[in-house]
Amino acid sequence: MEPGEIHALLGENGAGKSTLMNVLYGLYQPDEGEILVDGRPLKLKGPSDAIAAGIGMVHQHFMLVPVFTVAENVMLGAEQVKGGFTGFLDRRRARREVAEVSERYNLRVDPDAVIEDLPVGIQQRVEIVKALTREVDLLILDEPTAVLTPQETEELLAVMRSLKAAGKSIVFITHKLGEVKAIADRITVIRRGKTVGTASPSASRDELAALMVGRSVRLTVDKKPATPGKPILEVSGLVVDDDRQVRAVDGVDLTVHAGEVLGIAGVQGNGQTELIEAVMGLRPVLAGTVTLDGETVHGWPTKKVLRAGVGYVPEDRSVDGLVKEFSVAENLVLDIYDRPPFGKGLSLKPDAIAQSAKERIEQFDVRTSSADAPVGTLSGGNQQKVIVARELSRPLKLFIAAQPTRGVDVGSIEFIHSRVIRERDIGTAVMVVSSELDEVIGLADRIAVMYRGRIIGVVSPDTPREEIGLLMAGITPDTAAAAPEGPGNEDNA
Amino acid sequence: MSNPNPVSGSPDKEPATEAQEARSEARANPTAPAGDSERAVAATATKEPPAEPRPSLGRLFLDNLWAANTVTVTVLAVLLAMLVGAVLIIVSDPAVLATYGYITARPSDAINSSWTVVSEAYANLFKGAIFDPEASGFTAALSPISETLTYTAPLVFTGLSVALAFRGGLFNIGAQGQATIGVILAAAAGFALPLPPGVHLLVALIAGAAGGAIWGFIPGILKARTGAHEVINTIMLNYVAVYFLSWIIIQNGVQNPRRADAISKPVEASAQLPRLLGDNLRVHAGILLAVLATWFVAWLLNRSTLGFELRAVGANPDAARTAGISVTKTFVLVMVIAGVLAGLGGSNMVLGSTADALTPQVVAQIGFDGILVALLGRVKPWGVLMAALLFGALQAGGNRMQSYSGISLELVTVLQALIVIFIAAPALVKAIFQLRAARAARLQTSLAKGW
Amino acid sequence: MAVPEVAVTAVDEGFWTRTRKTGAVVLALGLLAAVLFGALATDQQARFTLSETEGGAALEINGTVGAILFGLIAAAAGAALLAGVPKRWFTLLLGVGLVGFVLSFLCWQVSAAPAGSNFMPLVNVVRNTFVLALPLIFGALAGVLCERSGVVNVAIEGQLLMGAFSGALFGSISGSVWVGLVAAAIGGAFISLLLAVFAIRYLVDQVVMGIVLNLLAVGITGFLYERLMQTDATKYNSAPRFGTWEIPLLKDIPLIGPALFRSNIFLYLGLLLVLVIHFALFRTRWGLRTRSVGEHPTAADTLGVKVLRLRYRNVIMAGLVAGVGGASYTLALFSFTKNMIGGKGFIALAALIFGRWSPTGALLAALFFGFADQLATYLGAIGSSIPSQFLAMLPYLATILAVAGLVGRVRAPAADGKPYIKG
Repeated sequence: MEPGEIHALLGENGAGKSTLMNVLYGLYQPDEGEILVDGRPLKLKGPSDAIAAGIGMVHQHFMLVPVFTVAENVMLGAEQVKGGFTGFLDRRRARREVAEVSERYNLRVDPDAVIEDLPVGIQQRVEIVKALTREVDLLILDEPTAVLTPQETEELLAVMRSLKAAGKSIVFITHKLGEVKAIADRITVIRRGKTVGTASPSASRDELAALMVGRSVRLTVDKKPATPGKPILEVSGLVVDDDRQVRAVDGVDLTVHAGEVLGIAGVQGNGQTELIEAVMGLRPVLAGTVTLDGETVHGWPTKKVLRAGVGYVPEDRSVDGLVKEFSVAENLVLDIYDRPPFGKGLSLKPDAIAQSAKERIEQFDVRTSSADAPVGTLSGGNQQKVIVARELSRPLKLFIAAQPTRGVDVGSIEFIHSRVIRERDIGTAVMVVSSELDEVIGLADRIAVMYRGRIIGVVSPDTPREEIGLLMAGITPDTAAAAPEGPGNEDNA
Repeated sequence: MSNPNPVSGSPDKEPATEAQEARSEARANPTAPAGDSERAVAATATKEPPAEPRPSLGRLFLDNLWAANTVTVTVLAVLLAMLVGAVLIIVSDPAVLATYGYITARPSDAINSSWTVVSEAYANLFKGAIFDPEASGFTAALSPISETLTYTAPLVFTGLSVALAFRGGLFNIGAQGQATIGVILAAAAGFALPLPPGVHLLVALIAGAAGGAIWGFIPGILKARTGAHEVINTIMLNYVAVYFLSWIIIQNGVQNPRRADAISKPVEASAQLPRLLGDNLRVHAGILLAVLATWFVAWLLNRSTLGFELRAVGANPDAARTAGISVTKTFVLVMVIAGVLAGLGGSNMVLGSTADALTPQVVAQIGFDGILVALLGRVKPWGVLMAALLFGALQAGGNRMQSYSGISLELVTVLQALIVIFIAAPALVKAIFQLRAARAARLQTSLAKGW
Repeated sequence: MAVPEVAVTAVDEGFWTRTRKTGAVVLALGLLAAVLFGALATDQQARFTLSETEGGAALEINGTVGAILFGLIAAAAGAALLAGVPKRWFTLLLGVGLVGFVLSFLCWQVSAAPAGSNFMPLVNVVRNTFVLALPLIFGALAGVLCERSGVVNVAIEGQLLMGAFSGALFGSISGSVWVGLVAAAIGGAFISLLLAVFAIRYLVDQVVMGIVLNLLAVGITGFLYERLMQTDATKYNSAPRFGTWEIPLLKDIPLIGPALFRSNIFLYLGLLLVLVIHFALFRTRWGLRTRSVGEHPTAADTLGVKVLRLRYRNVIMAGLVAGVGGASYTLALFSFTKNMIGGKGFIALAALIFGRWSPTGALLAALFFGFADQLATYLGAIGSSIPSQFLAMLPYLATILAVAGLVGRVRAPAADGKPYIKG
């Protein structure tokens, strides 16, 4: 790393970027190897050593105490005190320091605001201020744009440039090629814990992608043209809030027909999760309607929605999809345990569950030591196959898959994709939500792009990537000329 | 105001003396079937818990491996606890302590006197809980077992109550309060309703169960509706129940008109659980109900759809909800069933042979002991039964230890607490004994989500 | 989706905000007081004397008038809340409402008391309220220290008990109150050290550990009490006691002076600790770090705060504080008896929660609970028809209501009860 350099660390999810940086920050201990700072080897026993060595880090999940003010968060660990051993906090000085730093780098944060009331973009600035007040020379930003809107991302990039101008070095961890090309001075690509190459920002996207993924995979899915039937899922005027009571879905209309795959593309956090959860009855619908095969289903409990012939692969399998302590067999009946042949009335039929587990494991190629093994012992790909197997094992009208291949190995990805297409071909309406644009393009027959809680456009998968990318950034052909931001609902954030 | 503290270390002492009378009476007539006592020895040593459903031979093997490990840790925990107990006995005996004053001069004195006092105490513990070799006569020989089983029965219920809630992701500290409300309703049904024998007992048991259910429902619905933490609410409700009990006892129609102190009318004979081994032995049908309840809870957890929901909610409420299981409904149901079990445990205290009328201390501390029993039983139904046997035995033995060796009954409380502490941190036991165990027989201690 | 459905159902506020709901409850209570208590009160003067006896200066009010008047004041406060006043008025109005309700109740009770006892000696009431609240204050402060740094302390009862016991034992053996005081602190710290080691080092569930430690403390103290103290009470259970320390000047303030400033060291110590801990928690480096460790230990760790060390230290300090609280019994009031804390540790826990995990809040809650306790005694003495048991339930019921969000909102430190595992 040179002073005043922005060095991008590029790699797929799970390539080892974050782990590397946590070692650099002293959170994890290296098994072997050493770290050199200014030519001297450095032994980091903990984050305080890293801070002392001038290394600061902005974590992917913010390390801010939600009930503290900005100033309190900034001073924590490096408190200015007065009054000797009593350790009285010098709040005024802390506040002044925050104001100074945020002014110098144009970060605009209010030292007295309470963190939990601030939008994500501002919280991130607090993180940066926190690092800067510790006078770091090297700032590590771990996936800083994953949670940001495109506009916030732009602002972040501007901040990074001004930091660079002030002589700070930045390590920028990401898997998004566009941003890397926009700002990095040098690029290191990491794959499976190894450096596989360095590149300059002038390298083409394809080169970088190839380095990152290892082989030139164009995600192609073998499929015949769709033969759409009648509309199965119709959503109109849907309004949903997120967990923090902020509007997440703001008037969505969409239709999924039998025998087609509707892909929903978009930067994560634009309301996709809330949209699906509302359809599944997991989140209250504030306005609008959801109908399934002509029947109004909003307001139904989840169980009833599932019973009506909806299959659902949630986006976070370890939180929402599986009970890790349960066996593979039990997870395979997690939503049909009370239906014959698995259960009748109050009684459960372990034999039937075991029998069906055996069949599913075979059909869906789940690699497990036994049907009784806790599902938590399986690899990510096999865990995902358990969920897919469960959901595709009953007659469906609608199949919803959210991030169906996140953190899944390549072999399982192909398998899961082929299953999704097979489901489409037997006439099920399929909705796939993914933040991987390639996956959406590969699977979908139509693509709806979601931005700030709205469907900003519905396009065919043959549309050029760049055009879809612009839509994901909120730029529709007609607004492109006008303001670069979307339809003026920033205030919601 | 009466002492309302449920963390009371002084369970009733009357039964001890009663038992002694029985014992001394029985000493006259010999014949002692040894089979029962042997079985109880096996039980108190917490052999591998008997069968939960076993699908395959491989699974059976794995189960045994795990169980063996559990047994090892449990046995060592008991030994460690008794060791600490021995130290307490020694340091609290001035005469013995005096011998340590000249230990360098004559170490044998210190060692001998320590050994005598400790071995005598523990011998009495054993004799009171399992078998007294000097006892002669059928009743005398069976008396320790009878006492053990009498103390065991209510603990099985409260232990199951806590364990079931644990499996559903809830920490039911309220078994004490649920048992208290249960005992009030059971006793009320027992002395107020004029019903024929059999029916009367059944109605009283149902009343007790309903009382517990109500007291379990409150924290359940509060948790489901408002997210209020069940640990806080059950603690608070325990005390509300205690004060309610102390109030209702002295109300007209409840208080025994012939008594000035706080005691209710006695439960009619028609509502009492029948004694199993004749009138001289206290063991009553409660222990059979306890085994039945254990079987029921085992079935519920492993063989019922409700149990499936309950376990899913307990292990991962998010995934359960996503799969269409109503988490809130399950929370309420779990607490109601837990309340029913604790309420039945409370009923045992007034419909069995422990007492036949309400007093402020009528439920002793079975609810708090139930927490320990559930933890010691690794929150598995048959494990709970075994753990309750161990605790019942300690209680029964403790009574004899108190009256014969003058070792206060509180030592039993110390032993029970220590056993659970050592169980709760198997890493500690292993460190002490340098064990190299394959799989940790660790408690499910990941439950606390704080409040 | 990390938030369970309960959270989703709890937020459909709209018109019925928490403030309004509380307002409706207070309004209803106030009206109930005005009507019911007003009807039950007699025309006797209700006298609140500023002394320990019937005589002397007093505040007087006609029973019926007082009951109705204060009921209406409570109702007015409730109505104001219901009308939707700004948030900062919430606590004040809620306070006015509750105090009005209590005063209305007192007017009824005092005026309806048998002739000759239509008075309430306020000095007694205030003093005894503090005396009864004292163990709660120490206990709740122990809770604050633990839980603010993320360790649930259900073992307050055990810490108080162990403190009381070792204070009595070592005070008796040494014949010195100061030795007793130090021993009491160490006794409390012994229990909390066990809590710390098992919760932090062995990751045992903290609630489980607390419950077990309470039983352990009951067992050990009860056992040693029977073996030592009962056999030789003069040697082992006759600790010297701290005398009354009168504070010059302050002791002459009417009402407050005789009630509070002619007291023993423990009351002064308790009140001082509330102040010290309050300022330390919110104004010092230690406090900032403690709170950060209780809210978001990972964040604290990334900034170089030694999470586990801080937790150990605070949990042990909590034990010291609770131990002293236990000594406030055995080195000032009574000799040790088996299980003498009698559930005060759990009321302290309730005070901690009701006081929203803050030292001053805990103090107010402890005083409220102490007052309820004292009121029960007083009502018993004047032969009131209100059963003392129901007053004794009050702290617990109040806590349930608070936790359920019916009165204000309580939020525990976010990491309370969660063991911190690095990486």
